[in-house]
Amino acid sequence: MSDRGEGGVVSLRGRRSERSQTTARELAHLSDEAVVALVARSDEHALAELYHRFGRLAYGLAFRILRDDALAQDAVQEAFLGVWRAAGRFTAERAKPSTWLLTLVHRRAVDLVRREERRRTEPLQPETEPVVGEAADEAELATQRQTIREALRRLPAEQREAIELAYYGGYTQSELAERLGEPLGTIKSRMFTGLARLREDLGADARVGVGPA
Amino acid sequence: MNDGSPHELSAAYALDALDGDEREAYETHLAGCERCREDVASFRATASALAYDVDLPPLPETLEHRIIAAARAEHPNVVPLRQRLAIPAAALGAVAAVAAIAIGIWAIHLSNSLDHQKAIRKDQKAVIDVLSDCSTTPTQGSTGAVCVAPTEKAVLIADSLPAASPGKTYEAWVITGKRVQPAGLFRGGAGRKYVLLTKPVRAPAKVAVTLEKRGGVSAPTTAILLQAEVKPS
Repeated sequence: MSDRGEGGVVSLRGRRSERSQTTARELAHLSDEAVVALVARSDEHALAELYHRFGRLAYGLAFRILRDDALAQDAVQEAFLGVWRAAGRFTAERAKPSTWLLTLVHRRAVDLVRREERRRTEPLQPETEPVVGEAADEAELATQRQTIREALRRLPAEQREAIELAYYGGYTQSELAERLGEPLGTIKSRMFTGLARLREDLGADARVGVGPA
Repeated sequence: MNDGSPHELSAAYALDALDGDEREAYETHLAGCERCREDVASFRATASALAYDVDLPPLPETLEHRIIAAARAEHPNVVPLRQRLAIPAAALGAVAAVAAIAIGIWAIHLSNSLDHQKAIRKDQKAVIDVLSDCSTTPTQGSTGAVCVAPTEKAVLIADSLPAASPGKTYEAWVITGKRVQPAGLFRGGAGRKYVLLTKPVRAPAKVAVTLEKRGGVSAPTTAILLQAEVKPS
């Protein structure tokens, strides 16, 4: 009762030890934006919460590009530290937190793969064991995956190829031109048209939630 | 479309398909091209949706710990906003406190209202909103601070005010010129308290706290225990 009653007051004492034994999931009800706002205040629990929300996706993406556990971990760590350092500058008008984080992961993974000169195989799905996670999260992810997969399937093959090789393979546009034996202009055009089409397609689908928030 | 202008590079940029030099050149272009920034923002969102179409291998067990440890080892993140709480941002107390707001260790006076829970959540959000962008004035007297958002919403942060005895309450005041407005009641006690002020703070103004009888009063009757002069920024 001592914490109840008057004013908008938060009491901490007596909760600290309790907190240390609990997990970041206590922040689970907050929006991604609110979690990032807490990260901006150097709240480690908020950073952990962000990891719980997007860690698997981040690692999955990095692993797909890098095909290497250690490098993928590095990419994910760098991305989360990027969020940790810059959360105060994050503006929700520009992007969703998930977009921001995944962009950091992707950029980092692509830089690493180029530096390491690894990958360079077809951007097929690496063979992995599916993991059992929380049912709700799983269903959500599966739905989103289905959505993006179908949207990709609707693209003309050559646009899809350019986008997948660039995004999952980490190829530059010049490398793509060489690899596919097409003029650079054609590659640029395929990526632009394909991505614009995908944007339009996904924009109509709130489940993936791309497009203006 | 394919006119060789930098505009169409927005897609390649969003897919990270530019090499180092191209990327740098494009970022220079971006700085002066609002349309391109909008393009990139929406293409980024589309590109990151592609991340959902990957298999999800098991997360390495130690990765979370590694990330948190690395974050902790860094100096607290530099926040180039006005905000800047006077309390050291890295102090675990503050960190846990803000988190505590989020988890709902929260009390608000709302006499027999069915909207109690809803109002609590709303207030938590209000406090987080204020704290995420506010400028801070430390208090004199007891340790604490007042953090005022650009919206003039304000949060009083009070450290270790002794718990008010039964029948008493702390009362916050917003004093603007000669006008003294009651701005919320709280109980005090060990640890850090966050009090969302019920009145806006329009600088120059003073935020003060007195000890009053339970239920609060409409004008202060006792000496000021702590106060902060909020100056125009």
